Amino acid sequence: MQIYVCVKHVPDSAANIHIVDNLKIDESVPFLLNPYDEHAVTESVALKNQVPGSEIIAVCLGRKDAESTVRSALAMGADRGLLVETEKMCDSMTTARALHAAIVRDGQADIILTGKESIDSEGMQTQFRIGALFGFPVVTNAVSLDIKNGKATVTCELAGGRTRTFDLTLPCVIGAGRGLNTPIYPTFPDVVKSRKKSIETLTLPELNVPAAPGSTKIVAMTPLVQKRNPQKITGSPSAQAAEIIRILRQEAKVLS
Amino acid sequence: MKQAGIIIEAEHGRVKETSLGVITLAGRTAESLAALVMDGITHEITDQLAEYGIHTIVDLALSDTPEIRLNPAVRAAAVLHAARKMNLDRILGLSSPEGKDLLPRVAALLDAPLVMDCVDVDLNTGVAETSQYSGKVMAQIQLTGETLIFGVRPNAVPPEPRPVQAKTVALSGSEAVPENITLLSWDDGDSEGRPSLVEADIIIAGGRGLKNKDNFSLIVDCAEKLNAAPGASRVAVDEGWVPYALQVGQTGEKVSPQVYIACGISGSIQHFAGMKTAKMIIAVNKDENAAIMANCDYQVPGDLFDILPEIMKQL
Ligand SMILES: Cc1cc2nc3c(=O)[nH]c(=O)nc-3n(C[C@H](O)[C@H](O)[C@H](O)COP(=O)(O)OP(=O)(O)OC[C@H]3O[C@@H](n4cnc5c(N)ncnc54)[C@H](O)[C@@H]3O)c2cc1C
Repeated sequence: MQIYVCVKHVPDSAANIHIVDNLKIDESVPFLLNPYDEHAVTESVALKNQVPGSEIIAVCLGRKDAESTVRSALAMGADRGLLVETEKMCDSMTTARALHAAIVRDGQADIILTGKESIDSEGMQTQFRIGALFGFPVVTNAVSLDIKNGKATVTCELAGGRTRTFDLTLPCVIGAGRGLNTPIYPTFPDVVKSRKKSIETLTLPELNVPAAPGSTKIVAMTPLVQKRNPQKITGSPSAQAAEIIRILRQEAKVLS
Repeated sequence: MKQAGIIIEAEHGRVKETSLGVITLAGRTAESLAALVMDGITHEITDQLAEYGIHTIVDLALSDTPEIRLNPAVRAAAVLHAARKMNLDRILGLSSPEGKDLLPRVAALLDAPLVMDCVDVDLNTGVAETSQYSGKVMAQIQLTGETLIFGVRPNAVPPEPRPVQAKTVALSGSEAVPENITLLSWDDGDSEGRPSLVEADIIIAGGRGLKNKDNFSLIVDCAEKLNAAPGASRVAVDEGWVPYALQVGQTGEKVSPQVYIACGISGSIQHFAGMKTAKMIIAVNKDENAAIMANCDYQVPGDLFDILPEIMKQL
């Protein structure tokens, strides 16, 4: 099987984010592989173990230093990488076009895995757009995946324990959710081995990525500051409980 | 702008409050509002939609067969059909669990821009406001294109009545059963009767402070008494005390309840990412220096094992 796994280079979730010119973030913070993509890479390794002879290609659109994120995917078990290099911030419409073009140029996908969303732009849609460009079926927030007889049986979680199970014909696109697996934690030898794996660098112009008919563009950014002014509720546990109930009733008006 | 269409979510024959909130939000900048209803219309739904400002109710009545009706590809095709027939150039829905699956499908089919989880939308200018970077940043985003699509965060806007006359249009022939994606089965869980995490007015959430699975029942019991939804930090999920569906945070659900009661949760940046837009935060914590104590509206220093049973006793 030819397994493509799309990975994104995102700021560490614990990083302090500073805004520059009210328009973009200061990028001098640590960047890592998007957490949901870790589940996608881990699942691709499980699929390769199941279907020997498969190849896993990690595909990324990002700046030059996104190479480190592609390397992380290689350390987790991807065989080689494709980095579509761009300095521009791309929206999901352009991103999907770039990933689609890179995959088409490279080979024939049997399955494409992505994370269900990226923790920077929180867009939740690249996987659907890639699917539409290929004409492949798509599901998102997958929590189990089983491939047999040219079909993928996937369970997806909605919320509150609600699930839907689908049969998809291959090739298909699957957005990995957190329930899918436990991410592989690469060992030092894995990391050393990954340094020898190849990463091909491509550019948007050389891929002839067509312009999208629409776009989303950030026009302003502000830090989400909390204007909360904490008040302390003291006293015995019973007095504290009584005060909480009073607040729920009288201030928040959520209790009758 | 030509016409705005709102994908309606209903439950037990009534429009969800959160969907009514989307109508209110859209009504601020759109003159004419169409409601797209997929799962059948009741009198109550018609009345509610007119009461909150819908001019045209589009009945997309999907098949009664759940395998067809619940197939997200069928639903997306139905919305696409309505968008074309009704000449919609703005489409809104909820960033609810269903919406997160449906809206991006519609956007991909239409090759149209989409912003999910909006807390504000101006349909005239096509500017949406949403959070990014794990909720640390609010971004204003300009959408450009023929059709613009917006997923609205549940509870971002409280519904306000705006009574109008509504007409109903039936649009049939929108069911295309796809060959490449078949819905095999579905499980609606056991949350019947309890408000869902993203829609609840009150969430009471527990973290490492609950110490073990048995103790976590204290949160669930308290939730029941308060008619709240129980939530959890990632630790409670990773320890196997509660299912992942209850996790609030950057890699869990993003919630905006009226009140969020955090018990035995330290308030890590990743937990905050999921609940910082709660209208009111009450933190019950033994440690007065926990991050959440500086970032809440009411800090309740103390042992949750003393305070929660008291709350239950007094209710
Ligand atoms: C990529 C990534 C994604 C993540 N996503 C999420 C996410 O979505 N959601 C999430 O929650 N976390 C997430 N985390 C984890 C996060 O960093 C924290 O580890 C986690 O939120 C801590 O959970 P906690 O507050 O329950 O535990 P702790 O930080 O251990 O806090 C426990 C608190 O309980 C208090 N306490 C203990 N006993 C009592 C008692 N008897 N009475 C009252 N108070 C008591 C303590 O004082 C302490 O403040 C993520 C981490 C990473 C790296």
